[in-house]
Amino acid sequence: MAVGILDVDLCGPSIPRMLSMGRPDVHQCDSGWVPVYTDTQKSLALMSIGFLLEDPDEAVVWRGPKKNALIGQFVSDVAWGELDVLLVDTPPGTSDEHLAVLENLKKHRVDGAILVTTPQAVSTGDVRREITFCKKTGVRILGIVENMSGFVCPHCSECSNVFSKGGGEELAKTTGSVFLGCVPLDPLLSASIEEGRDFTQSFPDSATFSAISSISQTLLNSLQTD
Amino acid sequence: MNRINLLGFTYLRASRKGLFTFYVQIKRSVDSKALQERQRQQMARGLPKQKPIPGVKQVIVVASGKGGVGKSTTAVNLALGLMANDMSKSVGLLDADVFGPSIPKLMNLKGNPELSDNNRMIPLTNYGVPCMSMGFLVDDVAPIVWRGLMVMSGIEKLLRQVDWGSLDYLVVDMPPGTGDVQLSITQNIPIAGAVIVSTPQDIALLDARRGAEMFKKVNVPVLGLVQNMSVFQCPKCNHETHIFGSDGARQLADTLGVTFLGDIPLHITIRETSDRGQPVVISSPNSPEAAAYRTVASAVVQRLQKVSS
Repeated sequence: MAVGILDVDLCGPSIPRMLSMGRPDVHQCDSGWVPVYTDTQKSLALMSIGFLLEDPDEAVVWRGPKKNALIGQFVSDVAWGELDVLLVDTPPGTSDEHLAVLENLKKHRVDGAILVTTPQAVSTGDVRREITFCKKTGVRILGIVENMSGFVCPHCSECSNVFSKGGGEELAKTTGSVFLGCVPLDPLLSASIEEGRDFTQSFPDSATFSAISSISQTLLNSLQTD
Repeated sequence: MNRINLLGFTYLRASRKGLFTFYVQIKRSVDSKALQERQRQQMARGLPKQKPIPGVKQVIVVASGKGGVGKSTTAVNLALGLMANDMSKSVGLLDADVFGPSIPKLMNLKGNPELSDNNRMIPLTNYGVPCMSMGFLVDDVAPIVWRGLMVMSGIEKLLRQVDWGSLDYLVVDMPPGTGDVQLSITQNIPIAGAVIVSTPQDIALLDARRGAEMFKKVNVPVLGLVQNMSVFQCPKCNHETHIFGSDGARQLADTLGVTFLGDIPLHITIRETSDRGQPVVISSPNSPEAAAYRTVASAVVQRLQKVSS
């Protein structure tokens, strides 16, 4: 399966770091900018502003119109090639980046949105607004993921609901959306991301991995039924 | 792919199709310091004039760069901590996160603000802290789908059209990122200092560093870094786990040459009290979590005194 990731979090581009991509140059070809591939088989393509900054610590302090223009380029001028799925990672909120992505993808097709929340009220409160945004803009909600749902102490296996529990599921129920599943708060996942390691390769037997797998499978199923 | 450094910002210019037309000229200078000074002066000329909010002595912004690190929770408990440390101080709270306004929930406040005689909005008060948020002006589930210009106008209203009265400190909860809201606020009002919140994770620290850099660019003093969700202690066996890594924020503070203001642990009480709208500083004032926030508050006051002298 060929997957692309478009990182439109212009102020905080995290994906290159999470995939340990470093700062390769972005090349051009006849059909546009070549996305950066994570492996030689080209199974995962990535485009992010993180690759385009001269200084990796540089702050991107841009107003709306500039953000819109760059996102427009990311959508139209990147030579993604043949992809099965393009995932777009958006920043928090409902602003220029979100509007720009939807406007530019209008001529193509947006199959849906996945909404991620942590279980606690301040998070579900914000995601509730995101849900309304999707409904208003006609974006199908593929489902809600409850992230950082419960922490299992590595010492005594006691499960603590640090960020509460069930908020995401409750939100899905009250808004009539699909609940995709819970991902626990896992220091191993956090460490893998820090080091840019593939969690699915390093910890295939963990509860976190099976949660993520099950969410991916549910998503694929719902995308295929269209 | 051309990268041009203009006025301290990097502009991207596509070499095909000419989609970008808004860069003006490229300045070349042998002496980069003179160039930077010239750029700074040009920037200052074009910016709107900063006008202080009448009655407000010092504005402290709480920012992060990254979302979800606990800015709002920190802003709320910082405001209450400032008052707890010195009961003679009056503190207000402004929720500038127009897209995800959390202050109403955290401060257990609801309702539309009334208008004063001079047509200004009267802030809603709880626990002795007057608060203003976009959350009071819109429906609970309504998304605020605004582009930059509307955001600027909304922020202007929250700053200028509110009857704050007389405040020693106004704590501003910023949205994540380094965009329109941050620019609008820093250009509009003089800011005494910025507190940057981060978790120990590298991913969050990268963005915190960008946040700090942004404040440097717009000449806002960075009061320091707060390391949130620093360590989790299992309530059953007391085993400590550094879920989000350890001490990254402390190290970043060293690297950037900014003050480390304090650690806030990842504790269920903080989240539980936040969800109930009873921030930990006032609902469990004797807890170690409340003490952690009060430590940060007194470090902030110390830094403010240093920076303003």
